[in-house]
Amino acid sequence: MLSVRGLDVYYGGIHALRGLSLDVSEGEIVTLIGSNGAGKSTTLKTLSGLVRPSAGSITFRGAEIIAERPHRIVARGMSHVPEGRRVFANLTVAENLDLGAYQRRDRAGIREDLARTYHIFPRLEERRSQRAGTLSGGEQQMLAIGRALMSRPRLLLLDEPSLGLAPRVVSSIFTIIREINQAGTTVLLVEQNAHLALEIAHRGYVIETGEIVLTDTGPKLLGNAQVKRAYLGEAA
Amino acid sequence: MSDQTQTAGGAQPPSSPLPGNWFDIQARSYAEWMFWVHLLILQPPGFVVGLLFVVRCATPEGKAVGTRLLKFSLVGPGVAILIGAALRFVSTQPYLSFILVRVGIWVILATSLNLINGITGQFSLGHMGFAAVGGYTAASITVLLGPRLGVDPANPGPADPLVFFAALVCGGVAASVAGVLVGLPTLRLRGDYLAIATLGFGEIVRVALLNIPALGGAAGFKGIPSFTTLSWATLWAVAAVLVVRNIRFSRHGRALLAVREDEVAAEAMGVDTVRYKVRAFTIGAFFAGVAGGLLGHYITILVPKEFGFLNSIEVVVMVVLGGMGSITGSVLAAAGLTYLSEALRAVGDVRMILYSLLLILLMLTRPQGLLGQIELGRDSVRRLRALLGKWRRGRAPAKEETPG
Ligand SMILES: Nc1ncnc2c1ncn2[C@@H]1O[C@H](COP(=O)(O)OP(=O)(O)O)[C@@H](O)[C@H]1O
Ligand SMILES: [Mg+2]
Repeated sequence: MLSVRGLDVYYGGIHALRGLSLDVSEGEIVTLIGSNGAGKSTTLKTLSGLVRPSAGSITFRGAEIIAERPHRIVARGMSHVPEGRRVFANLTVAENLDLGAYQRRDRAGIREDLARTYHIFPRLEERRSQRAGTLSGGEQQMLAIGRALMSRPRLLLLDEPSLGLAPRVVSSIFTIIREINQAGTTVLLVEQNAHLALEIAHRGYVIETGEIVLTDTGPKLLGNAQVKRAYLGEAA
Repeated sequence: MSDQTQTAGGAQPPSSPLPGNWFDIQARSYAEWMFWVHLLILQPPGFVVGLLFVVRCATPEGKAVGTRLLKFSLVGPGVAILIGAALRFVSTQPYLSFILVRVGIWVILATSLNLINGITGQFSLGHMGFAAVGGYTAASITVLLGPRLGVDPANPGPADPLVFFAALVCGGVAASVAGVLVGLPTLRLRGDYLAIATLGFGEIVRVALLNIPALGGAAGFKGIPSFTTLSWATLWAVAAVLVVRNIRFSRHGRALLAVREDEVAAEAMGVDTVRYKVRAFTIGAFFAGVAGGLLGHYITILVPKEFGFLNSIEVVVMVVLGGMGSITGSVLAAAGLTYLSEALRAVGDVRMILYSLLLILLMLTRPQGLLGQIELGRDSVRRLRALLGKWRRGRAPAKEETPG
């Protein structure tokens, strides 16, 4: 479904991604783990067109999308939940969700997806006419994910959904991510919380200073000595 | 009607309270005419059908349609007669009419800036620059091209309203083009940088006008025919408000709000942010240009210093005061401040100090502006009900809690 080859990204003089390659197949949850500043967010931003790479290729559902603007990429079925949630604080929950479906014109389909989103996140339905800025962190994360689902994406990019949330909230969000995947949406999940991510992921990549240094299935990475030492805080 | 004198040089009320071109007569009689159309043609069937719907329809949708029809048939003639009476009354009151024309012009400026600044969140300090481009373009057309099209500044003629309308639209389009030209290179800028860039644009326009002798230079562009009347100002003010309001509550309006709230997130949602920012600047600048044209053809002279930085700030004050994004707020603030500035004419530029104090006071007590995001008419009734309900609910348990 997604194939990334030799991606190079610079921020001025900083070489943030160094020939990064990765693949995501239809139906998978793939996770990209790495420490702070490794280039995880940059990878997602490049995929969704928010950052321009200087070299490489991104093939999504059979088409080269590397030079495309973000709104074209959304139209192709990729939806990005940015780091830090970034909900539209002064708009209501319902308006935020409407904006997720901004590119769509099929009213019946939108209504269906809204019902589905409210079904997944009943909390959002209760607060539909509340300003998004007044939601708790966990609710904002639910809104950010719900908003991204409203475009009915084939591939969902999630950037650190656990950031700054209480453990109980994090685990319920991860359960929901798995459910969303089981309902047919492919997921590329970026996390610093490697343990949780690897538990729900089919496969994982480890990124260090802009390069993939390791890749394997989720369970195998969980058992990998190097990963344990560097990312799971366990003595190997 | 040919006694209309040119009041060049100052902002005095025009001497003739009842200007004699057919557009104004039409505008006044149109409202009265609408009253009769309503009363005799639209109202009876609307009333009957509406009543039938309300009484006979089983579905709530049918009842809702009926209620709307009923309301329309009752409110329609009332509104028409009010407008007609108001226009008729005001046209006999030169001073009031003078104030209201200015209010209309500033309503257009504030509403159009609200689209750029309040709704789309692009802090622009150069709004009067667009007004200047529009004003000088429109004036050039009526003054330089007008005589060839049958405009005689000394005598009102049948061609005047048409030429004037075309000149205003051309002024608006010229301002729009300026909006795109400013927009494209500067839209990558955010916040303070955009504010500085637009401020620079406004100043460039002003200084350029000062140095073009053909457009009057510092002494001003004189001899512009006095075409702007209350009907014209009202017409354009209503048009500006309706256009901005319709944009605000459309899919596009929501996209503009998303750009204001968080540009990166908007982009991630598939909103083409560059395009929307350019659109906001184009439409906002258009109406600013029209306002400039109306102003020039009202006071019959355009002076570059009227389009300076301080004047742009005045428009910003209106938008902020009314509440960023609230169209009702912009209209009220524009009307209030215009009236205030006329009332304070005697104290001159001291009024800017008053403005500043007013703003500081407002930011301290109500940072979201007088109306915040609230719109009159659309959701005020619903909000009022919700508020009343809250109040009642708030009171009920309070009673229970008080120990007997
Ligand atoms: N907008 C930016 N300008 C300059 N450098 C940036 C920018 N965004 C990220 N970087 C740098 O690029 C590298 C990768 O950042 P990022 O992708 O955000 O890492 P991660 O998401 O893995 O924490 C870091 O060294 C960071 O400092
Ligand atoms: Mg990051």
